[in-house]
Amino acid sequence: MAANTNFEKYKSDGSIPGNVLEWVDARFPATAMWKGHLSEYYAPKNFNFWYFFGSLALLVLVLQIVTGIFLVMHFKPDASLNAAGVPVAFASVEYIMRDVPWGWLIRYMHSTGASAFFIVVFLHMFRGMLYGSYRKPRELIWLFGVGIFLCLMGEAFFGYLLPWGQMSFWGAQVIVNLFSAIPLIGPDLSVWLRGDFVVGDATLNRFFSFHVIAMPLVLIGLVAAHILALHEVGSNNPDGVEIKKLKGENGHPLDGIPFHPYYTVKDIVGVVVFLMVFSCVVFFAPEGGGYFLEYNNFIPADPLKTPPHIAPVWYFTPFYSILRAMVWPILGLDAKFWGVVAMGASVVIFAFLPWLDRSPVKSIRYRGPIYKTFLTLFVIAFVILGYLGTQPPSYWGEKVSQVCSLIYFGFFLLMPWYSKVDKYTPEPERVTMN
Amino acid sequence: MKKLLTALLFAPLMALASGAALHLDKAPDVSGDNAALQNGAKLFVNYCLNCHGASFMRYNRLTGIGLTEQQIKDSLLFTADKVGEPMRVAIRPDEAKQWFGATPPDLTLIARARASEHGPGADWLYTYLRSFYRDDKRPTGWNNVVFENVGMPHILWEMQGQQVLNHETHKLELAVPGTLSPAEYDKQIADLVGFLVYMGEPIAGLRKQLGIAVLLFLGVLFVVAYALKREYWKDVH
Amino acid sequence: MSKEHKVDCGRRRLIVATAAVGGAGAVAALVPFVSSMLPSERAKAAGAPVEVDISKLEPGQMMTVEWRGKPVWIINRTKEMLDTLPKLADAVADPKSEKDQQPAYCQNETRSIKTEILVAVGICTHLGCSPSSKFKHGSEEGMASDWLGGFLCPCHGSTFDFAGRVYKAKPAPTNLEVPPHMYLSDTRILIGEDKKGA
Repeated sequence: MAANTNFEKYKSDGSIPGNVLEWVDARFPATAMWKGHLSEYYAPKNFNFWYFFGSLALLVLVLQIVTGIFLVMHFKPDASLNAAGVPVAFASVEYIMRDVPWGWLIRYMHSTGASAFFIVVFLHMFRGMLYGSYRKPRELIWLFGVGIFLCLMGEAFFGYLLPWGQMSFWGAQVIVNLFSAIPLIGPDLSVWLRGDFVVGDATLNRFFSFHVIAMPLVLIGLVAAHILALHEVGSNNPDGVEIKKLKGENGHPLDGIPFHPYYTVKDIVGVVVFLMVFSCVVFFAPEGGGYFLEYNNFIPADPLKTPPHIAPVWYFTPFYSILRAMVWPILGLDAKFWGVVAMGASVVIFAFLPWLDRSPVKSIRYRGPIYKTFLTLFVIAFVILGYLGTQPPSYWGEKVSQVCSLIYFGFFLLMPWYSKVDKYTPEPERVTMN
Repeated sequence: MKKLLTALLFAPLMALASGAALHLDKAPDVSGDNAALQNGAKLFVNYCLNCHGASFMRYNRLTGIGLTEQQIKDSLLFTADKVGEPMRVAIRPDEAKQWFGATPPDLTLIARARASEHGPGADWLYTYLRSFYRDDKRPTGWNNVVFENVGMPHILWEMQGQQVLNHETHKLELAVPGTLSPAEYDKQIADLVGFLVYMGEPIAGLRKQLGIAVLLFLGVLFVVAYALKREYWKDVH
Repeated sequence: MSKEHKVDCGRRRLIVATAAVGGAGAVAALVPFVSSMLPSERAKAAGAPVEVDISKLEPGQMMTVEWRGKPVWIINRTKEMLDTLPKLADAVADPKSEKDQQPAYCQNETRSIKTEILVAVGICTHLGCSPSSKFKHGSEEGMASDWLGGFLCPCHGSTFDFAGRVYKAKPAPTNLEVPPHMYLSDTRILIGEDKKGA
């Protein structure tokens, strides 16, 4: 925020709004924040398609919070059975879908929003990998981002239990049991997490608490930190050029344009296009082909009967595949434990990217063929892992997911070597426009 | 004619559930056809509601398929006193569990829950309700090709007649004809399944209509927003 | 500066257009959220008209039924109770029921369809407590010695007569509400609806 204090405070022109603003400015950095983050935040002028997803992620966050607030007005985190023999939580979701005026729309927006959040965030992360946005001096932005991604996974996992359908129940059962793989404390840990010996009412209540209060608070805090850190060092761009190196006579970067109005009007277009896609799902395919709302989740949770095939929601499947790919006991610890370690590592390893990458250039535009090959392989492996995670276990599925896991980790662990030896072309002085 | 009849008989044929991909017959789409949906509602209330509840479905929702509250009161309201009440099951769930070995599931969402990689829930239900066959090894005397060792007896057998499974061809054959011809029976099942689909998401029709309006609006917003962006960005070189 | 003013016109028109279309969309998007806080189908079903059998309601007795979660009193008034009403014309705030607290067909001396039977929502018009019945005269009910019988709200002491009319100089501003109701037969009342099929 230090940078913001350099902006001048507003001097009233004598009008009433002007007087109000001057009064506020003397007590709160309103003008300074507006200028520092929008009207005089200079962003590179060569942002492309990939740069929409940051603001879209913020939009989806707001959408989830607003729809969530209204859903909480009607949802009941209660696993006991009602008079008709249906769990109250499950019945309250159907109550929202049928009895609450427009409840169905709010619920579909929230359930579609969950998947949209991950789509947008995956693309946003991929953008960072394409253009080296995690490199110095943006390591901390990237770390906050990894934190956001971890929180988002937690938020999604806790939220998925709430409708208390079969997939909610058994998904939570499986994931919580992962913790029992930790040596010594594991079994007790998973009982503590559930607050019961199986996923039950206590689990539902605490997951509700995490989903509506704990995780959103942390998420909002991290998002604020992510944006503040970004505005401190300035945005990267598709060329990976630091625009602050070349400043004009007025002290502003030669290749920078004020975020407002240029990127606000541009992002509005992105938002409208996003809303069109989003509406197509909400209004015409809210189940997302069984991926956004799983069919078995229309059956109330039954602790005595596991559905024939359970799979996590699609955004967890790449990591879930890595879990399933670990089938060998190592160092006297069983495969289950290493599966959990591998899955955890597959997410956390993103945090190390800023220090794994040794390339002299940031952007893929100036990197050599080795990095491009590795990145392509990584994306292919990620997609295949995601697909296999939705499928029931099979012999070939296991072999393929092992190969893909190897590629996945290879991309990260070999990076210090291949990013250094790879060919590159020097970055230009100025950014390039299409 | 004979050919047609045989064709109809073999319509519900499918591979046995021995690991082979489940083949489901396509359920006719009767959404928006109020006469069919009303017939389906009547069948549902008369046959299904005895053992299955539809506890999320209020009777007055049936106004959505063109019935008036008075019509609902007069001819469908058997398990409640007010049209605002949900379609409760006629028998007690614990009694049902004693009779059938399991509580018959609530059917409000059955069309959504039965969807799978094999096809929409409607197709599963349409095939299932036409695939009962005589099996003396079962306590109810009935078995089903789609749902092996199903607990539910064939409630609609008087209409359909009695099918048997030809163990060589794995096909169903009509051994004793029912009160309806196969084509008529299929129509009744199509109506019933149509109603189950309606009940799974009564606002589906509204949802799609609204979706078109929203997309048209966003189209207009896109045009002005894009023009605005172009206007500003002509400064940037 | 002057150069900026030149481009302003076209730009302003586009800003206005985008803001107008976007604003309309935002307002439309508010509708589902605001309406989701209205009574749900379940609340409406619970608030459906209630049928009451009054064949066993003896003269001088009162029964309470629930309609929309509120207590509705049905009182079969005796002749003595009804005789108190004209005497109180000066003591009550709105003797002729001019304020809109009853359907038109109950805007009469007894505030009822049938002379004896009073149907009223048992909620004090002050702050929503439910008054208690004080049917006996004077000090027998612990009331003032000139008390002719009626209701006393325990919260802030508002008093009402046998037609649910509020006494003067009491916190409650208006008479008790008479809900829409109708007679299905001589002894069956439907509360919450006043004409068939409406």
